[in-house]
Amino acid sequence: MGDFLHMGGYAPYVWVSYLFGLIVVVVNLWQPWRAEREVWRQLKRRRRNEERMNESETP
Amino acid sequence: MWAWLHRLGSPKRFYGWSGTLARWAGWGSLLLGAAGLYYALFDSPPDYQQGESVRIMYVHVPAAWLSMFIYMNIAFASLISLVWRMKVADMFAAASAPIGAWFTFLALVTGSLWGKPMWGTWWIWDARLTSELILLFLYLGYIGLLSAIEERDTAARAAAVLALVGVVNIPIIHYSVEWWSTLHQGATVTKFEKPSIAWTMLRPLLLMALASTLFYIMVALRLARAELLRREADSTWVRELIDGRQGGGDR
Repeated sequence: MGDFLHMGGYAPYVWVSYLFGLIVVVVNLWQPWRAEREVWRQLKRRRRNEERMNESETP
Repeated sequence: MWAWLHRLGSPKRFYGWSGTLARWAGWGSLLLGAAGLYYALFDSPPDYQQGESVRIMYVHVPAAWLSMFIYMNIAFASLISLVWRMKVADMFAAASAPIGAWFTFLALVTGSLWGKPMWGTWWIWDARLTSELILLFLYLGYIGLLSAIEERDTAARAAAVLALVGVVNIPIIHYSVEWWSTLHQGATVTKFEKPSIAWTMLRPLLLMALASTLFYIMVALRLARAELLRREADSTWVRELIDGRQGGGDR
């Protein structure tokens, strides 16, 4: 295990590379997740407002 | 063929099939990525010259490939959007750009982290590194242009033209290691003869490259779908979709 983490003396370079890879993956998972959540929130809010308008129009 | 393409490109159709494709791409990416990571870290030999530092390659090379592949996708989608005015092509191109920028950044950073122990420097202004840096600026310029122009269709058209002009940089990146003398090594996989890389190293490399490509497809499609919903909020099919979802229960 120690050998594995040591990476033949290149540990900082190798592990920081993989860390950056992980960061890029996480950011790119989070972006679409956030976009989807945001757009569905908007769509539902709009829909509710429309329904409220319709209710107030009909006596 | 064109009629078929047009049908697939209609917003409602696109929303349907892209969801399925994104899901499959996501699971495929996870599976191949897990296998690739295993081989990259545990079951591939150290290089006879570079030792264990060669494992950076399994992050660096897929990121660099993807940086160019995504750009070509943006250029192709831009061409489609300019010629046929297909809205979803615009959205796909726009969704691809930030992903491309991130992977270009990753290729540059991991290249730097590989260059320091192997070449003795974080950075040199040689052809390969400089043209890859220009690619990052192209991505940032594309994203900037899209958000700078208020009117959406004008923005999309201007960005599409920029993307197409920037395509000239892609062959420069690819052939830079042949055209100019450089510290960067030449191609070892995409040579026409037998690739000059051992199978035990090629296996994790291909798995990681395929996994990243699927990852890109998944992220780009999901971003494009979200944008599509936002733009089509008033159309009948989106209304039906909302009602379907609300019937599903969170109200």
